[in-house]
Amino acid sequence: MNTVFKKSTPGREGVWPAKPGKAAPDLLPAGLLRGASANLPSLSELDVVRHFTGLSQLNYGVDGNFYPLGSCTMKYNPKFAETVAALPGFTRLHPMLPQLKGAGRLCQGALEVMYETEQLLCEICGMKAFTLHPMAGAHGELTGVMIIAAYHKDKGNKKTKIIVPDSAHGTNPASAHIAGFDVVNLPSKDGIVDPDELAKVLDDEVAGMMMTCPNTLGLFEKNLPRIVEMLRGVDALLYYDGANMNAIMGKMRVGDAGFDVVHLNLHKTFATPHGGGGPGAGPVGVSERLVPYLPISRVEKLEDGQFFLNYDFPKSIGYVAPFYGNFGVVLRAYAYILRLGKAGLVRATEAAVLSANYLRKRLDKVLEVPFDRVCMHEFVASACNMSECHVRALDIAKALLDKGYHAPTIYFPLIVKEALMFEPTETESLDTLDQFADDLIAILAEAEKNPEFVTGAPRTLPVTRLDETRAARNMELTDDL
Amino acid sequence: MPYVPHTPEDIRRMLDVIGAPSVESLFDEIGPEMRPKRFDLPEGQSEMDVLAHMEALAAKNVSGQVSFLGAGFYDHHIPAAVDALSMRSEFYTAYTPYQPEASQGTLQAIFEYQTAVTRLTGLPYANASLYDGGTALFEAAMMSVRHTGRRKLVVCEAVSPIYRVMLNSYTSNLHLELVTIPHKNGVCDLAALTAALDADTAAVIVQNPNFFGAVSDFSNLFASARAAGVVSIISVYPVLQSVLKTPGEMAADVAVAEGQSLGLPLSFGGPYLGIMTCNKALVRQMPGRVVGRTVDGQGRTGYVLTLQAREQHIRRQKATSNICSNQALCALRALLYLCLVGQEGLTRTANLCLERAHYAAERLTAIPGVARLSGSAPFGNEFAITLPVNAYQVIDKLTSRGVVPGFPLGRYYAGLENALLVACTEKTSMESIGIFAEMLRGSL
Repeated sequence: MNTVFKKSTPGREGVWPAKPGKAAPDLLPAGLLRGASANLPSLSELDVVRHFTGLSQLNYGVDGNFYPLGSCTMKYNPKFAETVAALPGFTRLHPMLPQLKGAGRLCQGALEVMYETEQLLCEICGMKAFTLHPMAGAHGELTGVMIIAAYHKDKGNKKTKIIVPDSAHGTNPASAHIAGFDVVNLPSKDGIVDPDELAKVLDDEVAGMMMTCPNTLGLFEKNLPRIVEMLRGVDALLYYDGANMNAIMGKMRVGDAGFDVVHLNLHKTFATPHGGGGPGAGPVGVSERLVPYLPISRVEKLEDGQFFLNYDFPKSIGYVAPFYGNFGVVLRAYAYILRLGKAGLVRATEAAVLSANYLRKRLDKVLEVPFDRVCMHEFVASACNMSECHVRALDIAKALLDKGYHAPTIYFPLIVKEALMFEPTETESLDTLDQFADDLIAILAEAEKNPEFVTGAPRTLPVTRLDETRAARNMELTDDL
Repeated sequence: MPYVPHTPEDIRRMLDVIGAPSVESLFDEIGPEMRPKRFDLPEGQSEMDVLAHMEALAAKNVSGQVSFLGAGFYDHHIPAAVDALSMRSEFYTAYTPYQPEASQGTLQAIFEYQTAVTRLTGLPYANASLYDGGTALFEAAMMSVRHTGRRKLVVCEAVSPIYRVMLNSYTSNLHLELVTIPHKNGVCDLAALTAALDADTAAVIVQNPNFFGAVSDFSNLFASARAAGVVSIISVYPVLQSVLKTPGEMAADVAVAEGQSLGLPLSFGGPYLGIMTCNKALVRQMPGRVVGRTVDGQGRTGYVLTLQAREQHIRRQKATSNICSNQALCALRALLYLCLVGQEGLTRTANLCLERAHYAAERLTAIPGVARLSGSAPFGNEFAITLPVNAYQVIDKLTSRGVVPGFPLGRYYAGLENALLVACTEKTSMESIGIFAEMLRGSL
């Protein structure tokens, strides 16, 4: 499809405001004004509607397609949460209102949403306090590691290293690095963290360790109590990457299990839409000893039931967001938690784990599952059988697209060859899982007879495989290059 | 149970296939010492009840105020089609476009967004967006540190204090030196900024219009920076970029912006949109996602995420940033906004903002004891005034009468306790400006 800029017709009227009485040249010196026009398109409203409706039809989304994308928790996003987020009482609220003395009274509803959401997340995770400020999962990681750094600095500890298991998301080492730490890679054993391996890298310079539990193989880290004890021995803190929180709601609380910091991905576990890659939200919870270091501001409740923002935390890491995080995303998550309640959240976790295990058993005869035991909410299979790779994960992924499915996560985690990571989530029915398994089994059978069937996929989509090398070399990042 | 479709019969069939006696048995690996000590949450509610609760909370926020509060975040009109189109589920329920063949809609939209924002700033390259304007400014600073190998950042004090405190937090563990050059009555001190540039300086960071609303031409500062091997970073207000001299025309190296004003509601602080554009020398230092144009096996045009060798999933701790998402839906909204208002509509919007703000400045400074902080310095849609009394006093009085008069500059700037920052947009009516002026006159 042509770009929207190519569809521009000079002079065509869009959604224009009234004509102003004065213009920039009447009010500002000529030297401060732009020379050439920005050359934005001139289109009618219908031109724009046609163009973007057309573009939307080139996409897969959860509403139209099963999305078993491991580690991303692509569950259904209930529509009523969108209604909530669009309430004018919330959307029109200026974020600086509460900074005007006394004006906190103008936004009590919003402050109450923030306060109550923090309380609910504390209870779900067993943490002492939460901040809603981080604007994405990776941002939550960075905030959490900054809190770890502030804790050690305050105690006078000389700590320079963060341990990250090899099964972790790539964001973990990048976040630790940006927070100023050296990253120590920890190899896993039999799919999980091994205390003996940990002992080899654990010393007094270790500030903390970032764990995903269940880990990215979908396996529960059953040595956790031992790991907690070892870290305590050197005053190192334990970080919980909440990307996989959907596996443990009501079954484990990370605070009770000994973690000091946790970030959640509201766009995963708490059903806010992924939006094609954002916005998300990555709230961070901490244990009691880390509360003084949380970002400012913090919402508090007074005895008379009023809410206000407190900026007076001298040990705080400071500001990680301009205001209070992605409030519009928090609203959706808050409404979702209220709707499900205690039983609903537990049921979501149970169904997510049940569905993952069911799909694993349906597929483990046709795909190798390297750690073929009870998994949590996701599992990792390999396209290779006994290290013989007849078909590639990428090709399976593309063939699935042709069948109307989004592909599973591929080539992650790096420790499994030709990895395919499946996470069906709790919102998909047994019929969908069965149809998906049948279709995948058929694809693999066809691929064995006729490899071109998968290597030539996809065939039914707007484009076939794209030349990524050319994209990186030509760097054509805009319509003007 | 809402949103979980499994019937008891489904669950039985699934457990049979798994060979597990019960759902609970699937959690056996979570030992007793790791089990929750409590899980004391409320019972679930019907959709109707949750909606009623949320409506009641929304109603606790006061509405209907006439507001002159901006400070970098502005209440602009959002065409209805922005909501209608961005709420198409194919956009908002999609994931990051890692499977490009099934994500051409998202990818082409981001490519078009990248094009639109480069046209606004006049710099040729853009990324797919970042969390917000403050994050974009920090990431721009880090680009300059990597590019130059230097560790000092020279920042104008008239850059948004909200962004400067974020810079402080982020750089505190990275052994970077932040040097802040004081503003002069709300205007950037160009001579002092120029004098501060030296062989250790990675970047000079300014904002246009600055936090006080003042508009400047930074061309000479940026030329001096270039001569000293210093990267020039400028934060801009995208709506006014339709009329103001562009970062490209000033020869900046990186231009960032808060994109909220382009079709995103204020929504109490987020989600917002961090716009980042840069010149060619810095492209490979850009953080986050980038979309590029290419072809498929049949030679048809298509779009992919590109330059991924910079990113965390490949480079791990050596990545240019830990950011692994963009604000795709917000970027889409900004693009929709720019397409719907178009060249003429955005220019009109900018001019209306200027016109209203200049009228407001005229009306307010006609009140005895009220003057512009920056004298006759040029300004855009926002300006600072000094009052004969503490600004909080005026805010207290006027907000209780339905007018939010602006932002008290003393909140961030010592010595400016009597100064008020006043913003207008195309939504600010001439009548409301008159009411504000009369109310202020009466309160002094």
